[in-house]
Amino acid sequence: MHKVSMTVNGRPVSGEVEGRTLLVDFLRVNLRLTGTHVGCDTSQCGACTVHMDDQPVKACSVLALDAEGADIATIEGMANADGSLSTIQQAFQDYHGLQCGFCTPGMVMAAAALLRETPRPTEAEVREYLDGNICRCTGYHNIVKAIMAASGQEVVPVAAE
Amino acid sequence: MYDFDFIRPASVEDAVAALATDPEAIAFSGGQTLMPAMKQRLASPSAVVSLTGIAALKGLRDEGGRLWIGAATTHAQVAREAADSYPALASLAGRIGDPSVRARGTIGGSLANNDPSACYPAAVLGSGATVVTDRREIAADDFFEGMFTTALEEGEIVTAVIFPRPARARYEKFRQPASRFPLTAAFVAQFDDGVRVAITGASEGGVFRWTEAERALTGNFAPESLDDIAPPDAEGMISDLHGSGAYRAHLVKVMTRRAVANA
Amino acid sequence: MPKDGGIGSSPKRREDIRFLTGTGRYSDDINLHGQAYAHFVRSDVAHGRILSIGTEAAMAMPGVIRVFTARDFEGAGGIPCGWQITSRDGSVMQEPKHPILAEGKVRHVGDPIAVVVAETLAQARDAGEALEIEIEDLPAVIDMRSALAEDAPLVHEDLSSNLCYDWGFVEENREATDRAIREAAHVTTLELVNNRLVANPMEPRVAVGDYAAHSDESTLYTTSQNPHVIRLLMGAFVLNIPEHKLRVVAPDVGGGFGAKIFHYAEEAFCTFAAKALRRPVKWTSSRSEAFMSDAHGRDHVTRIELALDADNNFTALRTETLANMGAYLSTFAPSIPTWLHGTLMAGNYRTPLVYVNVKAVFTNTVPVDAYRGAGRPEATFQLERVIDKAARELGVDPIALRRQNFITEFPYQTPVAVQYDTGDYHATMDKLLEISDHAGFEDRAADSRARGKLRGFGISHYIEACGIAPSNLVGQLGARAGLYESATVRVNATGGLVVMTGSHSHGQGHETTFAQVISDMIGIDADMVEIVHGDTARTPMGMGTYGSRSIAVGGSAMVRAAEKVIAKAKKIAAHLMEAADSDIELADGRFTVAGTDKSVAWGDVTLAAYVPHNYPLEDIEPGLEETAFYDPANFTFPSGAYGCEVELDPDTGEVTVLGFTAADDFGNVINPMIVEGQVHGGLAQGIGQALMENCAYDENGQLISASYMDYAMPRAADLPMFRVDHSCVTPCTHNPLGVKGCGEAGAIGSPPALVNAVLDALHRGGHRVDHIDMPLTPARVWTAMQG
Repeated sequence: MHKVSMTVNGRPVSGEVEGRTLLVDFLRVNLRLTGTHVGCDTSQCGACTVHMDDQPVKACSVLALDAEGADIATIEGMANADGSLSTIQQAFQDYHGLQCGFCTPGMVMAAAALLRETPRPTEAEVREYLDGNICRCTGYHNIVKAIMAASGQEVVPVAAE
Repeated sequence: MYDFDFIRPASVEDAVAALATDPEAIAFSGGQTLMPAMKQRLASPSAVVSLTGIAALKGLRDEGGRLWIGAATTHAQVAREAADSYPALASLAGRIGDPSVRARGTIGGSLANNDPSACYPAAVLGSGATVVTDRREIAADDFFEGMFTTALEEGEIVTAVIFPRPARARYEKFRQPASRFPLTAAFVAQFDDGVRVAITGASEGGVFRWTEAERALTGNFAPESLDDIAPPDAEGMISDLHGSGAYRAHLVKVMTRRAVANA
Repeated sequence: MPKDGGIGSSPKRREDIRFLTGTGRYSDDINLHGQAYAHFVRSDVAHGRILSIGTEAAMAMPGVIRVFTARDFEGAGGIPCGWQITSRDGSVMQEPKHPILAEGKVRHVGDPIAVVVAETLAQARDAGEALEIEIEDLPAVIDMRSALAEDAPLVHEDLSSNLCYDWGFVEENREATDRAIREAAHVTTLELVNNRLVANPMEPRVAVGDYAAHSDESTLYTTSQNPHVIRLLMGAFVLNIPEHKLRVVAPDVGGGFGAKIFHYAEEAFCTFAAKALRRPVKWTSSRSEAFMSDAHGRDHVTRIELALDADNNFTALRTETLANMGAYLSTFAPSIPTWLHGTLMAGNYRTPLVYVNVKAVFTNTVPVDAYRGAGRPEATFQLERVIDKAARELGVDPIALRRQNFITEFPYQTPVAVQYDTGDYHATMDKLLEISDHAGFEDRAADSRARGKLRGFGISHYIEACGIAPSNLVGQLGARAGLYESATVRVNATGGLVVMTGSHSHGQGHETTFAQVISDMIGIDADMVEIVHGDTARTPMGMGTYGSRSIAVGGSAMVRAAEKVIAKAKKIAAHLMEAADSDIELADGRFTVAGTDKSVAWGDVTLAAYVPHNYPLEDIEPGLEETAFYDPANFTFPSGAYGCEVELDPDTGEVTVLGFTAADDFGNVINPMIVEGQVHGGLAQGIGQALMENCAYDENGQLISASYMDYAMPRAADLPMFRVDHSCVTPCTHNPLGVKGCGEAGAIGSPPALVNAVLDALHRGGHRVDHIDMPLTPARVWTAMQG
């Protein structure tokens, strides 16, 4: 076993892991931060997307020990300080950008990374950026709308509003 | 995954030493293609030597008009920082995988793995770049030796890649719909002394140069120059669920044409 | 205008808060004290005889607690099948045993052979590799036609052949249909494949078994769409545990799409092992494991013939289908190609004669069962493709040909047993043409041509049967269960309500929509209503969520229970106000004596029910809690018109979906936002089937598309913004809400529209291609274009 230390959602954490322990397992098992999900084993689905030093990474494809000293942000750290939903989270609710919720943490983290890089993306840019995040429920329609809305752009409101 | 020891050296020397002492150890530079293979237990290294902590392997710089890229530089960084110095390369890097893959995957990792469907080998071969290792420099034409095989010796680490800068270049990729790796992609680069065309994704032999197209384009760098050239032989092309060898051979021509048109 | 938060409005979903903050509780988030981990060792060959399983070396590995094989389950039953189909000759279907772990033979790649339980998952996996399993390869049957050959190897040696059943429907129509086809002015014939798919909910399956020795109670946490069904099947048929000693919990479930309806071996295993080992046992599927252990969907091969008279009226329809069952019969499997497929073959059309023949076939592949739409997409695909082909052969407009044959009078008795209560197919077709800007298509096509591309437009008009199902009817058809739904409405003393429903939400948002209905009925804030689902210890026996049945059946049960509650509350209110029961009206959370200003609040009445000091105790009991079981009188019949606009790159064969429009008639709609979301998701899955998804085996039975590297899941960039509309409303006539269901429509109507669009584009480009089997990958389209 090896000792590993990093910062997660602003808090210093450490733990004992094997060489093969994935960052996502360190988060889910050692830290009991179960908001980050695992949806595949070939680095395709993006349900495990977290931020590592301000960049999106798939936590299933990073060894915990390779994150030594890194600054990690997960879905559990995305809400505002007062516990209210952040702009992106709120937009996902407002525009029905989630159904079963399983891919949602990864989607929110990907969206946050996108808007940091590109504050006002086009629809095509949003879709291209989500290439590594699979959703099986929404057809992406409302996810794209939510992200566009979170970036402050006009979008068509949801039904019956 | 099988368990393994984990080593994160701070210098190339330490990394090389770690690999030299343990023949079952592997170099690990982001792991975006190695990790899935390890999860399927297709690889069972005794130790993983992570190169991500070695500052000397990161970054881009001009080197006598050529572009030097450290082996542990991520695709995302190349996409950002090569946009002016080598736009075609930056464009390729910015389209590898997805944003998360680009944030972790590195040029050295991609080249050392030499996946037949990887993007970077096309740029390296298509540019006639030089692969620098801890012990020597290897010309691109000598580096790629077939699917998942390179000229790298046991324990040898890629430290950098040096790209000559073409007058014009472009990478056009047709993606396999599931993996999003190239089903077939073409990198075309026009230099003063000729045109290079490198194809990835298509051949069972991995990345290759399409020399007939190079000759035609060297004469006249225009899409029409390819009109009278037959696509490469479908024999030897990958044939799978996503397309026959004949289809891939056809795409070689289509993608090359588009690369020339958009260069 | 709908009342804010009530029926017809779109309040935000309450469940979103936990999903957006990482505080959802999915099965894999559950970790019990002392939990051990199960790793299933699965067959890597499609067909083989197990010669020996050596467990000694594995047992000696670090952390290993025990290795289980079929021998440990000698007292247990097989995994039961919920339907029995009767063949044309009157015999019942062949039904092989489906053991928890392979007994003597493995029958598909992924068939579980042994399970290692260890202290950690990594240790269990490591030890799995130390098992010494000797298997003698047997020839595999993969292709259905070969499986039916005289000399084909048998998937099950105790059966007489690989034919599960040979079903004819309606058998009495057969001769007349044959004659009508012989005598028709025109017959259009099409052979097609409905490609095998993998449902792929993003949450892989999980099972956590727990056992309490002090009470002899077993608990299973599982990723299920129907925990009560799992409790019944597993308790009564597999492990012999009475329901009162077994609790099944399906907490937050990350999508189902059918694949989480069925009872799976891993659930029974973890429940069994937890008791055997006296500690919790957890199994979490990897995605790779899901590809070879989740039931697959579709996989039909069909020949369809449509007969028309000289005026282009449909006169008869005949289909012959081979339906793949895989190696074992999954829970609903036999019903999918029969009752959920044959009964929909009339479509939206007045075809007087329809005859459907289905041969279900065992092969050495993963079991095949319901996947979003289940049988109805297969029916719609055949019909909507053959009509387009007929239109082309006859040189008539495919829209006009459909309109000419539309059913226009309701109720309509089809020749395939079902009776449509309501619908207005011209209205949905009109709406589709309007919102898809069909009139502007030719200009857009010209623009594409100018850019060297081919543009095409395709439509389909689907019907589906939802709200399954009347129990007495399905009983006659071979169902071994009833398909009612249940709800308990418990009113608390201070006026809040808890609704305990047998329906289960795994993305559909019942916690929001069900509360909207109650809120409307009583006139209280939806926040006062809590919806509880997914736990057999908390909800009445219910059949769960699939077949777009939640609101139509589960919602109806809830309405019935709430009506009972309201009726009783009115009696209490009448007593409090010294009025007659029949004079009491309930609106906006107040009971009023009609025609007076006398009123009491909802909360006054609920308090009186539990503090019955001033109460008609001689007439009614205290308390306010009612349960209802609702058994529907008929199926519901949503329908709709779908239009797809594609652009095809002739250089590569790549198809881009530029626009997709859905005009649906779902009857009344509770929450338009959620309904639209359901349609979006269904469209994405239907477009996925038509364009890219394909579960493929090689001739040896190896699964080629065994991960997301080869099974193409639609991504954001593969899809356009959708145009969806549900303003055409013909309410269902036989349920209290007038609702029809919306969960599957998108996946049913979209594949033929897309394929029709691509063929339209090809014909416009001069490529006379009659058909391309799904998925329409670039390679397949390009190959078809080469002639």
